[in-house]
Amino acid sequence: MEALIPYIIILAKVIGLTFVLTLPIIAYSVYAERRFAAIIQDRVGPNRTGIPLTIFGCKKDISFFGLLQPLADGLKFILKEDFVPSHVNKFFFWLAPALTMVPALVTLSVVPFGSELFGEKLVIADVSVGPLLVFAIASLSVYGITFAGWASNNKYSFFGGVRSCAQMISYEIALGLSVIPVLMHFGDLNLSNIVADQAANGWLILPLWGEGLTTERMLLWIPMIISFFIFTISIFAETNRMPFDLPECETELVGGYHTEYSSMKFALFFLGEYAAMIVGSALIVTLFLGGWSVGFGADAWVVSTFGDWAGLIHLGVFLVKLVAFILFFILIRWTVPRFRYDQLMKLGWVVFFEVALINILITAVIMAAPPMLERGETGAVAALIIGVVVFSALMFYIAKSLDRMLSSDKSTTVAGADTNS
Amino acid sequence: MPSPLFYIFAILMLAGGVCVVSLKNPVSSAMGMILSFVGIAALLIGLNAYFVGTLQVLVYAGAIMVLFIFIIMLLDLKKEENKTTKYSTIAAGVFVPLLFVLIMVPVLNSVDKDFTKLDLKAAEASLPDTISKYDEEAGTKDSKIRTSLKAGTLPDVNLIGQSLFTEYNFPLQVVGVLLLVSTVGCVALSKKLHGGSAPATDTRMAKTLAKSEDIPKVLPRD
Repeated sequence: MEALIPYIIILAKVIGLTFVLTLPIIAYSVYAERRFAAIIQDRVGPNRTGIPLTIFGCKKDISFFGLLQPLADGLKFILKEDFVPSHVNKFFFWLAPALTMVPALVTLSVVPFGSELFGEKLVIADVSVGPLLVFAIASLSVYGITFAGWASNNKYSFFGGVRSCAQMISYEIALGLSVIPVLMHFGDLNLSNIVADQAANGWLILPLWGEGLTTERMLLWIPMIISFFIFTISIFAETNRMPFDLPECETELVGGYHTEYSSMKFALFFLGEYAAMIVGSALIVTLFLGGWSVGFGADAWVVSTFGDWAGLIHLGVFLVKLVAFILFFILIRWTVPRFRYDQLMKLGWVVFFEVALINILITAVIMAAPPMLERGETGAVAALIIGVVVFSALMFYIAKSLDRMLSSDKSTTVAGADTNS
Repeated sequence: MPSPLFYIFAILMLAGGVCVVSLKNPVSSAMGMILSFVGIAALLIGLNAYFVGTLQVLVYAGAIMVLFIFIIMLLDLKKEENKTTKYSTIAAGVFVPLLFVLIMVPVLNSVDKDFTKLDLKAAEASLPDTISKYDEEAGTKDSKIRTSLKAGTLPDVNLIGQSLFTEYNFPLQVVGVLLLVSTVGCVALSKKLHGGSAPATDTRMAKTLAKSEDIPKVLPRD
């Protein structure tokens, strides 16, 4: 029995954090999306689904602002006919929805949801390669969409799959490069340690307490903000969310990669998209906004006051930040129009790639300068700064010429269509 | 005695490998290869090599195989499915893996047992002073490698970084330049030459395709 306890704890964490906590958040972010969209478009949205007391003979239903809508949606998806068209590749057609949903949920395993609850860290796997593991598993989710597009044996589905594949590969580069300055600053790849460091020394983009008030950190704030912007926008592109949802662009591709899907298989794609959004938000919150930390130096007070229960407070703080970010995702979806495909690729390759590279160099110089100045190597620091400036100018020039090249042959290239020939 | 997870992932890896050579459909073969890579990554993680295992998924399963699948799907290799295998190919397929098994023999003979926390503490004690030299100069704490060895965890990322950027710094730079050269070479080779090498029909085709994109508008999802 004694030997089983660690396994029971791990199982409890997996079930609790993934299935009890995150799956309802996914379900309710669909509801939030619909209500928020309705508010923005001056509609009401789904506000009636509640407990149907009238079928038991009562006078009125209880509606709870439509809070039971996700339940009704789920029921609808399960009860609909699960239609598999005859022209599809059956094996991959069945595999694809699972391949989009599962990687998104697996990446949750390294996200620290809270500090410690009775000495147990609120993270499923406290590994030393956190962000890398997230990128690795998230890069597998591209197969789900690609296989869905290919197995559907349908031109529009295939375009959707190919577009998504190209988009995710392009933005993975921006994502990976933009996170390097962050990891350079922390010098650590363990997400729990990163959050603990932020709790003590100021959130990455809000360094207002602890060691965050030094000149070095104030200077580092600039590259960190740049990183934050690139990372956030790349997450939008990685999760195929609205300004970048070209793979399922209705006006061009019918439904994109999930045109042929129905019933629960379609729902899995939908849930996979929302799960990816939640993981993306969780990663942004963890890396840049202090994860579970309350902030402003209040974490030590929380731990001393609540003792073993501090983990729950931190879990609550984390969820508040997460939900705020999900609402931000939804707000962007319903306010920013969709990009054109060549604009999307240009943004990834011509703007973000170069800016992220320059950003890494700036961070390196800021981090290397103080000890060098202490040793009196002023000339070397000046040389480094000049090097960064020259490199940036060169990058800017290359980006400009690429931009001119791309816009000059735009007349012959059509997004999506050129992959057909 | 390896853990049961070792057997699960070893079987997964081998099944993926068998799929690669035995399935007729090229996309299925590529899928088998991905499965095999994921299995290898899991085995590496089981050996406490988190960094290498993660890179295996990130680079091979996540990036290189995506390109493979991309190209297989675009080429639509229908005739591959009716291809029969020659006996000479099978013979080569048996012979080459046998050579690899021979290589494996000395490797397997030199394998020690699992390391324990005590081993890590001993490793910390025998750590050369140079590793924490920079921190001592700054007059602060121990290096990351030292602290995590003291805590009884293997700092694989830091150790790899340490040896890559100190001992093997020059080879690393050379490899970087080599990759850059190959990238530039690729771009130079595949670049269309200016001055009419592209046939005019291409442009016309692209223009017709552009017109055919007038797909009727459908209502948004929600």
